[in-house]
Amino acid sequence: MLRLNNGLKKILCCSLLLTTLSFLPSRISPANPDVIQIKGSDTMVNLGQAWAEEFMNKNPQVSIAVTGGGSGTGIAALINKTTTIAQSSREMKPQEKEEVLKATGKEVKEFKVALDALAVIAHPSNPLSQLSIEQLSDIFTGKITKWSEVGGSGGEILVLSRERNSGTHVYFLEEIVRRGNAKGPEEFASSVLMMPSSQAIAQEVSRNKNAIGYLGLGYVTKNHKPLAVKKDADAPAVTPTVETAQNGAYPISRPLYIYTAGAAEGEVKDFIDFTQSAEGQEIVRAMDFVPLQQ
Amino acid sequence: MQIRRRRIAEFFIESAIFLAGTTSILFVVLIFIFLLKEGLSLFKTLSLWSFLTGKDWYPISDPPRFGSFSLILGSVWVTVGAVAISVPIGVACSVYIAEVAPRWLREVLKASVEFLAAIPSIVLGFIGLLTLVPLVQKIFNLPTGLTALSGSLMLGFMAMPTIVSIMEDALTAVPRSYREGALAMGATRWQAISRVVLPAASSGVIAALMLGIGRVIGETMAVMMITGNAAQIPHSLLQPVRTMTATIAAEMGEAVQGSPHYFSLFAIGIVLFVITFMINLTADFFLHRRK
Repeated sequence: MLRLNNGLKKILCCSLLLTTLSFLPSRISPANPDVIQIKGSDTMVNLGQAWAEEFMNKNPQVSIAVTGGGSGTGIAALINKTTTIAQSSREMKPQEKEEVLKATGKEVKEFKVALDALAVIAHPSNPLSQLSIEQLSDIFTGKITKWSEVGGSGGEILVLSRERNSGTHVYFLEEIVRRGNAKGPEEFASSVLMMPSSQAIAQEVSRNKNAIGYLGLGYVTKNHKPLAVKKDADAPAVTPTVETAQNGAYPISRPLYIYTAGAAEGEVKDFIDFTQSAEGQEIVRAMDFVPLQQ
Repeated sequence: MQIRRRRIAEFFIESAIFLAGTTSILFVVLIFIFLLKEGLSLFKTLSLWSFLTGKDWYPISDPPRFGSFSLILGSVWVTVGAVAISVPIGVACSVYIAEVAPRWLREVLKASVEFLAAIPSIVLGFIGLLTLVPLVQKIFNLPTGLTALSGSLMLGFMAMPTIVSIMEDALTAVPRSYREGALAMGATRWQAISRVVLPAASSGVIAALMLGIGRVIGETMAVMMITGNAAQIPHSLLQPVRTMTATIAAEMGEAVQGSPHYFSLFAIGIVLFVITFMINLTADFFLHRRK
């Protein structure tokens, strides 16, 4: 047992004092006003990081921090005032815009910054090559459970989806599962696996013959088979590519947004202008997204 | 003078220890109050019964449905599976280390178990995702390996070091005289262990089990990665499930503060808290009964 002698007491007092003092500096100096927080869509997080890196190269005095968490998370952060810019792969709902107005006193400003084609992917060995939106809806609501029912081979379909905080999830729910009717009653079946990220979906589909999932075009690799989608039974089946997304032939393509609370000013405005500029759109193309039609 | 100074020093030290002890109680009470305040707000608009027994978890729909039954069952299934795996192995391992192993092997095994305990749970989850999940899919011929079974196996691995180290301590704390007495009465080695030493160490054994269960039921990241997160009512361990912890982790970031979705996640937190509390209470009951 240690005797609490003078030496030990001095050490204990000093360490206690130092620990308390170490908390002070964070109260004395103000938070760095130049750090721009960008939070939101996982679909856009790599794109956001690429933009941020290039922008910070050109403007070394600016600091940008990009994190994901899903479009819902980014929008919630805008409402909770923990971010300056929210990236979203879906449009903000009217009640969310209301919440931002209530919480910050400012109107939401929406900027369209890129397009994304949502690819429905299956395992490369899957003989199926096209599906209609109706069939996709039935698969994801659990009405169709076997590949043989849609012209594939055998087996139970393993349906993969993103989690609810994902803009991709919400977009897919409204456009495919509810066939364009945002207020429709259809839901993802409770047997659908909610994967924590697009990367997790990509990984499971690439090694599972029965799997089907959806993710942004940028996540598709040679280990996946993107299925051609038919708008309805008579329409032609269109494969997702940059071109078909831009000219509107591919039915599941959506704009990607940046939202701010109130008009963007100063460096935030410069950044958003950068993303919509020719150079920013080059980065969009390099990241396998679809540049806005110029 | 000396005595007065000593008395003052004693007073300060005792006060400091008293404060430290009561602070922990205070923290628990404050956490529970916070959970209750946020979670109970949900029940202004929803009945407790439909929250606990509802089968549909669709929190962002219009109108939202908060039925957490499948989530509770998911956690229960994964925990039961993990306990079924980690307890027999953990008990056998600690009995071997404490009673049977030669001295040099005992040190090696103890060090290895400590090492297993030191691996971060998310690393185990990641490894499980890459190696265990495809294996489970192949062996059981399932549509996917992302099932409650994979979760149980990985969590069993995580709980085992906790169980082994505490149980091993409890077994070695049993006085030598117990063993010697049993052997002197003509018992075989195994009879001495199973009928004398283990019952004598029973309070430590149960404490180890409860800590193991507590570790498993609260695990979040690893479960989120390997159990598939399908909010369905599981009929076997070979199906994807969604646990309460994964639900909170996945949806808290998106829930707008003050919305029913936000409150519902706290309500799930309360359910989790109550379950863990019940487990600890049961453990306490057994410990005191034995004494």
